[in-house]
Amino acid sequence: MDQPVNPADIHKAIVEQQKIQDRKKLMVNGVLLLLLLAAPFVMYPVFLMKILCFALFAVAFNLLFGFTGLLSFGHAAFLASGGYTTGYLLSNFSGLTTEMGIIAGTATATLLGLAFALLSIRRQGIYFAMVTLALAQLVFFFFVQSEFTGGEDGMHGIPRGELFGLINLEDNLNMYYFVLVVFIACYLLVQRIVSSPYGQILKAIKQNEPRAVSLGYNVDRYKILAFVISAALAGLAGSMKSVVFQLASLNDAHWHMSGEVILMTLVGGMGTLLGPVVGATFVVNIEYQLSQGPLRDWVDPILGGIFVLTVLAFRSGIVGELQKFMRKNLG
Amino acid sequence: MSEQYVLETRNLVKEFKGFVAVNDVNLQIRQGDIHALIGPNGAGKTTVFNLLTKFLIPTRGQILYRGEDITPLKSAAIARKGIVRSFQISAVFPHMTALENIRVALQTAEGSSYSFWKSGNSLHKLNERCMELLESVGLAEFANTTTVELAYGRKRALELATTLAMEPQLLLLDEPTQGMGSEDVDRVVELVRKAAQGRTVLMVEHNLSVVSKLCDRITVLAQGAVLTEGDYQTVSADPRVREVYMGSDGSGERGSQAAASENVEAAQ
Repeated sequence: MDQPVNPADIHKAIVEQQKIQDRKKLMVNGVLLLLLLAAPFVMYPVFLMKILCFALFAVAFNLLFGFTGLLSFGHAAFLASGGYTTGYLLSNFSGLTTEMGIIAGTATATLLGLAFALLSIRRQGIYFAMVTLALAQLVFFFFVQSEFTGGEDGMHGIPRGELFGLINLEDNLNMYYFVLVVFIACYLLVQRIVSSPYGQILKAIKQNEPRAVSLGYNVDRYKILAFVISAALAGLAGSMKSVVFQLASLNDAHWHMSGEVILMTLVGGMGTLLGPVVGATFVVNIEYQLSQGPLRDWVDPILGGIFVLTVLAFRSGIVGELQKFMRKNLG
Repeated sequence: MSEQYVLETRNLVKEFKGFVAVNDVNLQIRQGDIHALIGPNGAGKTTVFNLLTKFLIPTRGQILYRGEDITPLKSAAIARKGIVRSFQISAVFPHMTALENIRVALQTAEGSSYSFWKSGNSLHKLNERCMELLESVGLAEFANTTTVELAYGRKRALELATTLAMEPQLLLLDEPTQGMGSEDVDRVVELVRKAAQGRTVLMVEHNLSVVSKLCDRITVLAQGAVLTEGDYQTVSADPRVREVYMGSDGSGERGSQAAASENVEAAQ
């Protein structure tokens, strides 16, 4: 190509393209928002809230896995520590309003996340996954042994209470819209993070860590920040879940849960914004539908099969494959 | 004495479980020079690079930058001091555009790289400088191309532009022409010559014709130790240099292909 190029024109084209992408993003977000606003009139709100909580959990996990390239196998610890903290506080201190309980749960998960990150961040690949798993197992045993969690029985009858002391959350619709607002805020936050100046560095670290180091970046610090944000959002998901179901149980702390969030993210499409949301919706639905029918004893093998199929044939997950398809066929 | 040298190593040693990869190396890089580090495969050239940039930790010895002891500093801190390296295998961010690759380097100095709450559009102010740098290596028209789609020679040019975006005082180039056809080699020689203006460059290079064209001073490594040092005439006339090169594969030109085996060893 010998024709002269004008850098200013190219730059203009890039900014223009960015604008088009931003507009597209806005449109997709708008459509989704409308769907979510209308959903509780068509479907059971508690079921929808379950999906939203798991979707937030997966979005949080994906920030670390999909966008930073760190596979944590211990995210259940954050979901559970958020849930237990919120549950304990709301059950035992009647003066607390619901949002305070949720904030405290999130804060606990954030601190736990910082501790995990400091202990694991220097390890690479499988070793990183193993360290996070081991730490999460420690947390699991702590919850099993502790009195306040109710051990194997779990923590029941957590009061939903009133939001800001004003809005009665016992009402499922009120509760749903509260969860929806939190979910949307977190989703937009992650969207912002990924496209922010910081997000660019995360991308760079994921794609070529030694190069990022040689450009003067202290990559451990960037990873720790991503880990802590991810843990905080996972804790928030757990806190809300315990309020929605008025229950916090060992299921949330079990390593199965750490595996499930990996499954959701992979099936939906890792490294895409919408992927974990779609993945969580998909997995929660399959589990629910199967548990109602004659295949109820086959939930795990079927999910396992889906996992294998995804990894072998649809690497980019539902959303990733769809994006590829659209790029190919619609330009 | 030491002020005239940008970079100096004193008795630098690196041992791997009993194997001495770098043995008592004293390098002195003069301000403004293009300094080449040559030697047969396994001589420890890339290991020296990794030591200088702390991708490996020296077993013994000292590294001085403008007379200051930088031996205890970490890789990222060394880069921020202005010692920036390139890699043997082209080091780019493959799934970012060419422009974004360079912008990552500019962000180090820009200071918003922890701002996770800021809009990505706040980075557009860096684009102009990115375009200048891309233009300087002839890549302006590829600004919006995803890097993985660029040809090999262009990736290397992009890598060089990214390195230059750091405004390095001392440029460490690890085999900039490795794996290239002859046209690309000529282009890179020109790029390095341009990049070296006002800077000091230390390069590992197998291609002796590149070294003869570019370099003011040459250090020859063999088996981890400095064999000799001087300008191209002095070094190429030294019978010991001929001997180590003949002993490996005869000519420097072909040596560049054989370098692949060393990559593997050095990358570990």
